Amino acid sequence: MKQFNGKVLFLDRSDINTDEIIPAKYLTEITKQALKPYLLEDLFLEGFDPQTDIKGCSVVVSRDNFGCGSSREHAPWAFEVNGIHMVIASGFARIFHQNMFNCGMMAVELEDQVIDTLFQTFAGKETRVEVDLNQFLFTFTSGSLVKKIEFTLSDFALSLVKAGGWVEFADKNY
Amino acid sequence: MGQTIAEKIFDRHLVDKPFRDVCVISLDAVFCHEITTPVAINDLAARNKDRVFDASKIKAVIDHVTPAKDSKTAMQGKILRDWARRHSIRDFFDIGRNGVCHALFPEKGFVRPGYTIIMGDSHTCTHGAFGAFAAGVGSTDLEVGILKGVCSFKKPDSIKINIAGTPPSGVYAKDIILALIARIGVNGATNAVMEFSGEVVDHMDMDQRMTLCNMAVEAGATSGICVPDMHTVDYLWPFIEKDFSSKQAALKAYQVYCPDDDAVYRDQMDFHVSDLEPQVTFGFRPDQVKTVSEMAGTKIDQVYIGSCTNGRFQDLAVAAAILKNKKIDDSVRCIVSPATPDIYTRALESGIIRIFMDAGFCVTNPTCGACLGMSNGILADGEVCASTTNRNFNGRMGRGGMVHLMSPATAAASALTGRITSAADC
Repeated sequence: MKQFNGKVLFLDRSDINTDEIIPAKYLTEITKQALKPYLLEDLFLEGFDPQTDIKGCSVVVSRDNFGCGSSREHAPWAFEVNGIHMVIASGFARIFHQNMFNCGMMAVELEDQVIDTLFQTFAGKETRVEVDLNQFLFTFTSGSLVKKIEFTLSDFALSLVKAGGWVEFADKNY
Repeated sequence: MGQTIAEKIFDRHLVDKPFRDVCVISLDAVFCHEITTPVAINDLAARNKDRVFDASKIKAVIDHVTPAKDSKTAMQGKILRDWARRHSIRDFFDIGRNGVCHALFPEKGFVRPGYTIIMGDSHTCTHGAFGAFAAGVGSTDLEVGILKGVCSFKKPDSIKINIAGTPPSGVYAKDIILALIARIGVNGATNAVMEFSGEVVDHMDMDQRMTLCNMAVEAGATSGICVPDMHTVDYLWPFIEKDFSSKQAALKAYQVYCPDDDAVYRDQMDFHVSDLEPQVTFGFRPDQVKTVSEMAGTKIDQVYIGSCTNGRFQDLAVAAAILKNKKIDDSVRCIVSPATPDIYTRALESGIIRIFMDAGFCVTNPTCGACLGMSNGILADGEVCASTTNRNFNGRMGRGGMVHLMSPATAAASALTGRITSAADC
């Protein structure tokens, strides 16, 4: 199973699409590792610089309809090779959401107001999140600020995370 | 309880329900192209599982970058080509016979009402025009589809969209779907199937229905879907005539996939098009849409007519009728990509290609081309394209470029002036 704890990268916009996560010109790569330098290269967001802000992060927190657009699994892979194994957002596009779990990673949906609170409390501060998959609990921490937030995962999503992905699961069952 | 089209298809293909809400369904076809499939092929080989579930149900094409532009894209083509040979996949389309997947595969008769289809391409929803459940997936879902012939989906809700009225002259399927996406938003149909019905859809030919279903994913939909009818049967007839005694018999067989009157929908909406004007996008999201008259005069650098949305014969014919005996403006460069060799041939024989060339267009081979900025027709920083494609994301056609999505008629009219222009003004 993958590691999900770590530093949070806040991306404060809805509809961040897969072209912004990994531009199509890099889809000529046939290894995941080759995608590493290009993650979020085309995301133009005030105060965000992909060259400096991604390093060391393990989790992304963002807004609604995250990962919309293309079916390219290169988007989750580009996160994966940069050590980011989880995206928390108020909503996801279907294919991106499925691709994350198919790779044994997590795409966790939280209510709009909970995401709002996270942005208000932690954005702009050095923030970490710890994930408890037994109690379905996130613990966000920044200095003395601590916030515990419950989340849900479907049984299917959880079993994919535990199995390490869909190929392993399907090969065993079908 | 009555059922939607998608529910009927799911019921007939259900293999397993490993968890509540999760359906593992069998696949009638797995479509493959050279961008998202090689990774799946390599992963299967690395796992010592280099097998295919049924070579006759796998269809493969090199379409995104063709001819290959560099060593990397040549290798992607080679991996797909070698794999198709190795597994005796007969329906593999290489350069000279290749075209944009979502135009080529229907044309070859690979789609039927009631089919389940996946592809590592988000615009796979196009094939729902035939009354099929067709969904874009990532490379891992594709890999399992290739190996096992199954895919998992959350049981999809459907949204019934009744398209009513009579579209004014000069308003096409592209204008209707752009206006619809503007109405419901880029995530208005997430995790749902958009079931298109109503008198307007009833009168649409298959090319227009494919344009409609193609952009369902731009509203977040899993698939677009149209009710199979005599238009569907007429289109498919050359491929199915040996299976049925008559077209009526074929229609009757396909009507098992018509939705029940008491089917339950997540949402139902009426969409009236009698007063609709031609539409064009203005921002970096497909739901940022204005009328062409509101956007008229916007300066453009390039026109692109083609893609899985609008590169079919009728699209080229509509554009050519506007361009006939005219020249494109000196300030603009224009590219047309017929979506398949068959479309190219028909356009050649009917004089359409000549019209494009006389007007000053560059005619490319069938390919996805400029649409996703992977090969030809890429914009420079700050440039603007009037395009018949499906996505206007920031950087989609090249970093720093702006794409305005529109119908082939509006794109052709804009080519003549170098500015966004209504076809009615030509």
